[in-house]
Amino acid sequence: MLKFFLRRIGMVVPTFIGITLLVFALIHMIPGDPVEVMMGERALDPQAHTAALHRLGLDLPLPEQYLHYMEHAVHGDLGMSLVTNMSVTGDFFARFPATVELSLCALLFAMIIGVPAGIAAALKRGSAVDHTVMGAALTGYSMPIFWWGLILIMVFSGWLHWTPVSGRIGIDFDEPVVTGFMLVDALLSRDPGAFGSAVAHLILPAVVLGTIPLAVIARMTRSAMLEVLREDYIRSARAKGLSPARVIVAHALRNALIPVVTVVGLQVGTLLAGAVLTETLFSWPGVGKWLIDAISRRDYPVVQGGILLIASLVIAVNLLVDLLYGVLNPRIRHTR
Amino acid sequence: MAELQFTSVAVKPASFPIVRDFWKHFSKNRGAVCAGILLLAVLSIAVFAPWLAPYDPSAQYHDAVKIPPAWQHSGSAHFLLGTDEVGRDILSRLIFGARISLMIGGVSVLLSLVPGVVLGLMAAFYAKWCDGPIMRAMDVLQALPSLLLAVAVVAVLGPGLVNTMVAIGVVGLPGYVRLTRAAALGELQKDYVMASRVAGAGSLRLMFSQILPNCAAPLIVQGTLGFSTAILDAAALGFLGLGVQPPRAEWGAMLASARDYINSAWWIVTMPGVAILISVLAINLLGDGLRDALDPKLKRMA
Repeated sequence: MLKFFLRRIGMVVPTFIGITLLVFALIHMIPGDPVEVMMGERALDPQAHTAALHRLGLDLPLPEQYLHYMEHAVHGDLGMSLVTNMSVTGDFFARFPATVELSLCALLFAMIIGVPAGIAAALKRGSAVDHTVMGAALTGYSMPIFWWGLILIMVFSGWLHWTPVSGRIGIDFDEPVVTGFMLVDALLSRDPGAFGSAVAHLILPAVVLGTIPLAVIARMTRSAMLEVLREDYIRSARAKGLSPARVIVAHALRNALIPVVTVVGLQVGTLLAGAVLTETLFSWPGVGKWLIDAISRRDYPVVQGGILLIASLVIAVNLLVDLLYGVLNPRIRHTR
Repeated sequence: MAELQFTSVAVKPASFPIVRDFWKHFSKNRGAVCAGILLLAVLSIAVFAPWLAPYDPSAQYHDAVKIPPAWQHSGSAHFLLGTDEVGRDILSRLIFGARISLMIGGVSVLLSLVPGVVLGLMAAFYAKWCDGPIMRAMDVLQALPSLLLAVAVVAVLGPGLVNTMVAIGVVGLPGYVRLTRAAALGELQKDYVMASRVAGAGSLRLMFSQILPNCAAPLIVQGTLGFSTAILDAAALGFLGLGVQPPRAEWGAMLASARDYINSAWWIVTMPGVAILISVLAINLLGDGLRDALDPKLKRMA
């Protein structure tokens, strides 16, 4: 077990170093003079130009620059935003809970609908239910989610006035930030109005972000379920005279869910990519919107740091899923 | 003489039954056939856009701003799908948008397919020198969620049509490398490769005229599905303002400012998305059909 863990962790190290190289190279791949690109007119003064080069550490030889960058990065210092002059790491973790809250709710939505829908489709294979679920899943999978979000805003906010258009909570609520999760903070403040407002703000973005994972989970649950239902032990369970419900829940579902859980773990990347679009659309103050804003402002330290942090996160979660899978399924541990 | 016989024996007999077999399976899948026809229609619309579009896609008719579609009460028969906020004909913009979207899809698939196949074959053939570096580089590219990698590339290169294609091409690259490498490694074990090698075929010949044709099936499927991802990602970049730039009629870019009109002009919000959804759906259906028909191993899935 320990050997398996070490080997998997060892495999991640080169990837991580590669990401840091990529992020480091980013600023050097910008066509033209980076200082001019970042500072615009102000950079024309040669003294200011040299000062900026020095401040960004761009006047050192390349390998030295990289070592500097890494040395700071290891200590959690990814530089300062050029726009707000705040620490990139601090800004990231200030916005991160908003993204996590949104992603978790999206994933919850996707699982609550996707797993039962996939089971129903598998049990009624070839029926109208199956065709409807699979058709809907294919549509969801093909959905441009930013447009889907626009349509939902138009219908539920514009026409029906059921949900607010943007943000995390109504402006008349000013809850103290304890956890950074708006739902939890609103609960802690014991203000039902605030909680309701937070939920209303969260519903549409969560549905939009959860749409593609929902489609993936429904398809995966269906095929895993079909696979399991063919197994001999299911036939034996039926032959023993167990009720169909018991066979499905206690015998089939338990095994069918292993691949589904893996797929859920691997949706982190999809969720974070989707969060960029969803957060921009709903003005959700998370890391996705922060990154896009930084790109349009040419705030390169934020772009670099944000990409590095998000990639590290994806690597870490994938590693975790991998390790967990190895714990659950010993066959994985002993291959290769 | 012996050399000629070996090489021709290896490839030829397989090719014809494959096509017949493929068509037998594929034509049974009605959804995929319909999707294929729909896609051909979209393709013809894109090709013949200048003749089909009723108006110039960037012409602004200032006395016809935000006209609803023709079937609505205040609609006009002149503008079938209505006009946008500056009085441009939405139908014409969608027709020209098909050009841009299909071009982005096609070019970016090629941009990831060609280098991807070459790198994948190199990783499989020269496992000693190339496999490690190439696959680790692909790990790095895959560590970033697709759209974020595209956003990062655009952040460096700047927005625009060409850079969108490059960005999406880079995003797709690891998929093709992995697929080609895996397929080629599988083929390398087979007898016909050994036979060609014994007959004196060089590495290049083995790679491209012996092994590659036998890896084609998964690559075709991946290419089709990559085409739909490319269209979606390009539209997403356009929507974020990082892709094709606004005056151009790109489907995603048409939606970038649509948020302002959710209360006043639903057709500005709706139409471009419908175009994206229909095209992507058709490509995905076709891709599923191709996969089922080309790859018997996957037939049970999905």
